[in-house]
Amino acid sequence: MNELSIDKLKSRFQEKIDNDIKIEPNDWMPDDYRQTLIRQISQHAHSEIVGMLPEGNWITRAPNLRRKAVLLAKVQDEAGHGLYLYSAAETLGADREETIDDLHTGKAKYSSIFNYPTLTWADMGAIGWLVDGAAIMNQVPLCRCSYGPYARAMVRVCKEESFHQRQGFEIMSTLANGSPEQKAMAQDALNRFWWPALMMFGPNDAESKHTEQSMRWKIKRNTNDELRQQFIDVTVPQAAMIGLTIPDKDMQFNEDTGNYIHGPINWDEFWEVVKGNGPCNKDRIDVRRRAKENGEWVREAANAYAEKRARRKSA
Amino acid sequence: MSSLFEYTLRLGDDSLILGHRLSEWCGHGPVLEEDIAMTNIALDLVGQATSLLNYAGEVEGKERDGDSLAFLRFDREYKNLLLVEQPNGDFAITMVRQFLFDAYRKPLFERMQNSKDTMLASIAEKSLKETRYHLKHSSEWVIRMGDGTEESNRRAQEAVNTLWRYTSELFIIDELESKMADQGISPNLMEIEDDWKKTVDAVFKEATLTIPKNNWKQSGGRNGMHSEHLGYILTELQYMQRAYPNMKW
Ligand SMILES: [Fe+2]
Ligand SMILES: [Fe+2]
Ligand SMILES: [Fe+2]
Repeated sequence: MNELSIDKLKSRFQEKIDNDIKIEPNDWMPDDYRQTLIRQISQHAHSEIVGMLPEGNWITRAPNLRRKAVLLAKVQDEAGHGLYLYSAAETLGADREETIDDLHTGKAKYSSIFNYPTLTWADMGAIGWLVDGAAIMNQVPLCRCSYGPYARAMVRVCKEESFHQRQGFEIMSTLANGSPEQKAMAQDALNRFWWPALMMFGPNDAESKHTEQSMRWKIKRNTNDELRQQFIDVTVPQAAMIGLTIPDKDMQFNEDTGNYIHGPINWDEFWEVVKGNGPCNKDRIDVRRRAKENGEWVREAANAYAEKRARRKSA
Repeated sequence: MSSLFEYTLRLGDDSLILGHRLSEWCGHGPVLEEDIAMTNIALDLVGQATSLLNYAGEVEGKERDGDSLAFLRFDREYKNLLLVEQPNGDFAITMVRQFLFDAYRKPLFERMQNSKDTMLASIAEKSLKETRYHLKHSSEWVIRMGDGTEESNRRAQEAVNTLWRYTSELFIIDELESKMADQGISPNLMEIEDDWKKTVDAVFKEATLTIPKNNWKQSGGRNGMHSEHLGYILTELQYMQRAYPNMKW
């Protein structure tokens, strides 16, 4: 293809984006756009799958049958989200198993929040309320993402995420209104998950290397700091409503803008966890790798059986 | 203790304990689709346990609900089959265990829809839909494993050899079973056994698996005589209720 026609394709592509016309799998797209999406979508898929582990950790210990069922349903949803997202990445030519291998070798990242341990039942509340709450802030704008399959996957996912956020908040509010031990458990969970939840939005805008291009492509609609601020403004009053304290002694309310201004975030901790040095990074990846290894004979059996059947049918 | 209470506990505990075992797989499945399927089946089983144990509590009339029955009985008071408390092992053990149970549960619920006890009849009707899907799913896996690769066939056959000893307990007609059957509350276990055998024979034939010759049999779960495994299940299951008694969650 000659230079001229590539330029033409590029400008036609950007024109579509500017006019909010969705890009579909068979449409021409610049390679950078494709690679950016593959990176982001598979990272998102990995987060859903690794994210099953901290909550899966409490299913067998859930305090009553209703909570057990809700938690099972939630973790099952996350597996479903992983599935839609791997499929969306496949529309861009990313093979699911290869993508998963990248996770296992550490080449691909996932949300750093899942590298923190779930130590008490209250963590099921904190995760639903804060982590799914932050995920909603990130994902609602993605429903308008320029890439059609990703945008459509996000519409389905967001509906379920709001159920996840509500069940988490309900756990927290039950605990916060419960016995002194329960209230202490809830506050402790908030203390541990608050800052990692703020870090979920990624580095400050000035440090974020992908933001500008992603916004021009309408993969991203808001900057990290904008989304973080939205999350804080929604969450701080919720904490107050159930009588829990946000663990930020520097937090201030700005009367003019109506925003809660947070204190300094420990970015050193964030980068350490991203690099693989969080409390659970190794455990999470080991567990996922082991699941894949232990499942190899099962997948081989399914393939062998499917082949035999196809052969018998054609014979 | 009323017979209906005791009988309902048996049904409820089977669902509760097998649901617990399956939920241990969550996040560790051999393939994502299977993680979803096993979690889904666990969820169905927990739902059945909730209906059955709540009803058992009502029948008992001592102000115990499904939660207090699920979380606050002592080891010897659980009445599930030994089969359902066996450890997950590899995927073959889990799926063969599931298949042997589903093949028994489906004809049980089919007939229980006509129970003279209307509550059990309606729980059976609702659970039957789920159980049909569970049996389809576990049968397909037994066939895939049995007729898949050499390794999967070996693992599936080993799983059958390991679990077979727990299957005769499914059909023991003790005093309670015969009393419930006489009253038209529970179905006749001999008919269920016939159906079960037909399903097992057909699926094993397709899967090229064989029934072990060793006729060594284990039973006791229905009377609260469990394997050592149950204690550890209860340790996890009951942890929160024991550590923080009398609280709302
Ligand atoms: Fe999700
Ligand atoms: Fe998500
Ligand atoms: Fe979620």
